[in-house]
Amino acid sequence: MRFIEIVVGLFMMAGLIAFAMLALKVSGLSTELTQPGYVVMAYFDNVGDLKIRAPVTLGGVRIGQITDIQLDDTNYRAKVSFRINASENKIPEDSSASIFTAGLLGSNYISISPGYDDVFLKEGSTIQSTHSALILENLIGQFLFSINKQDKSEGKSK
Amino acid sequence: MRDNWVVIKDLSYYRAGKPIFKKVNFNIPQGKITAIMGPSGCGKTTLLRLIGGQLSPRRGEIFVNEKNIPRLSRRQLYHARQDMGLLFQSGALFTNLSVFENVAFPLREHTHLPEEFIHDLVLLKLEAVGLRGARNLMPYALSGGMARRVALARTIVFDPKLIMYDEPFTGLDPLSMGAISKLIKELNEILGVTSILVSHDVQETLKIADYVYMISEGHIMGEGTPEEITKHTSPWIQQFIRGLPDGVVRFHYPAQNYQEDLLGES
Amino acid sequence: MSAFAWIRRLGHWGLNCCARVGRAGIFLFLTIFRFPRPVRSFPLLVEQIYVEGVLSLSIIVVSGLFIGMVVGLQGYNTLSKFNATQQLGNLIALSVVRELGPVVTALLFAGRAGSALTAEIGLMKATEQLASMEMMGIDPLWRVISPRFWAGVISLPMLAAIFSIVAILGGYLIGVKWLGVDAGAFWNNMQSSVDFKIDVFNGWIKSCVFGVVVTWIAVFQGYDCEPTSEGISRATTHSVVYASLIVLGLDFILTTMMMGGW
Repeated sequence: MRFIEIVVGLFMMAGLIAFAMLALKVSGLSTELTQPGYVVMAYFDNVGDLKIRAPVTLGGVRIGQITDIQLDDTNYRAKVSFRINASENKIPEDSSASIFTAGLLGSNYISISPGYDDVFLKEGSTIQSTHSALILENLIGQFLFSINKQDKSEGKSK
Repeated sequence: MRDNWVVIKDLSYYRAGKPIFKKVNFNIPQGKITAIMGPSGCGKTTLLRLIGGQLSPRRGEIFVNEKNIPRLSRRQLYHARQDMGLLFQSGALFTNLSVFENVAFPLREHTHLPEEFIHDLVLLKLEAVGLRGARNLMPYALSGGMARRVALARTIVFDPKLIMYDEPFTGLDPLSMGAISKLIKELNEILGVTSILVSHDVQETLKIADYVYMISEGHIMGEGTPEEITKHTSPWIQQFIRGLPDGVVRFHYPAQNYQEDLLGES
Repeated sequence: MSAFAWIRRLGHWGLNCCARVGRAGIFLFLTIFRFPRPVRSFPLLVEQIYVEGVLSLSIIVVSGLFIGMVVGLQGYNTLSKFNATQQLGNLIALSVVRELGPVVTALLFAGRAGSALTAEIGLMKATEQLASMEMMGIDPLWRVISPRFWAGVISLPMLAAIFSIVAILGGYLIGVKWLGVDAGAFWNNMQSSVDFKIDVFNGWIKSCVFGVVVTWIAVFQGYDCEPTSEGISRATTHSVVYASLIVLGLDFILTTMMMGGW
């Protein structure tokens, strides 16, 4: 009976640990729960395919994640809030945020390029300088347009 | 003191549309051994289950110690059953528990007695059925007679006021049969419990019973003390207690004419 | 047979089904609301968790490992066509946590523990152990059925969580250690695409529902079986077949509900 009780206790522990691992390790709840951080905002003209929980990187290193994306209805821009880990507390306030795509078809993420200011980002700061997502369709459109222009100018020169 | 511990009035019971009992009355006197006899399949076991509340009758009343069993709520019924004991034909021992634990089972479930007390009480009951030495055996290691004696010890461990024996003599060798029969008699005399004995073993039953009911096809065919029964004028009873193969009760199950059956449908 | 007899037979079958569902409902109600005496029921519950949960662990771990490995292998082959093998982590995690974990665990549980429960209870009924318990004034629903039922309801979500973790580890072994997917990409992509509430928590709810259904069917089939050898064997078969079918059907319904179809 004692043996059974111990084994059952171990079983319950294994089950709870497995569940905790699913929550923390697999779904990445740990980054939200365990790591304190501060929330910063940025306004973008177009966020493209950016999703909540997408990573925020600096120099390719993940330093936080998107917590919220909303439309600011006074200026019709997208207001993106993201949490940066508390350990990264020396990011200059004049840094700029850009939305990049991981690979050709990958998901979007925010990359931060550091500025030179002595004042650092803190809870509630807003990043002023932003670069919107590159929309593939627009790029192709621009590309075709420029080819057309080139063709025309080449035609004229002939 | 009341005369009758169990009173059954106008009992009707049907199984699959077939009547098992049709308006029968029984009176089971307190402190006596009452035998209920009849051929196989006449509803003797069903009667015990009706008294125990495991089946509900279609009509009629069953009073056990002045409580109307079919009208009790689930909780009251379980409470009332603590005063009853039913010895099953198979013994119905719990196969995953040893003999000792089987007998201790009702005590552990119903009471908070200390372990030494349970130990003593169980050994006392096992001694009464002569199986104190077999306490550590598992049920599969017991013979049929021993299993039934263990089951009897388990039935009496709570000192019930009413013990029902379902075919206690069936399938036993003469020695075990004698032992069980002696136990039934002794329990009745020493503890003064009311006993209902269901059996079709005529000799053994008439030896120990105080009063006998004979039932067949949903009716009471006759009743009385063993002497009255042996001298009964009914040809049916005479045929039953003497075990004659043919008489009022035909040897053959009702069928069409033998000759027609063999030749008719070819 | 005439059409009339066929209709009559259909009606008879329908009535039987209704009666059976009704009995099963009353049975579940009585089992759940059999207020247990905590001190006494606890050892019974522990014993049953051992029988149903711990003894099912080996089959759950082994099948979890292999299923994770197979999903990893197949996923890698398909993803490599799109040059997207970094997404292997979330492919494995999502399919395991959302679907395979709860469903496969429930199916294995029905086969391993459910059938054993049905056979055990059926045999107790056939040998009159349940009836003799009733005659001792001990309710078998409380003493026999309730601990078995609750042990199943507790064990299944645990087993499902263990299954999911083992399957993900199996996928990790194949994907990262064997096929050379980058470990960082594997875990990072998994974490960013698996959501706690939508995936993990909903998967857990599924496994709880399956736990109730599978154990309920198993104990009811045993309790309601015909007390003969054929009756027990039929009840055992029914227990596994019904439980598996209902788990698969319910999984579809639950998934629809969770995806906001309703």
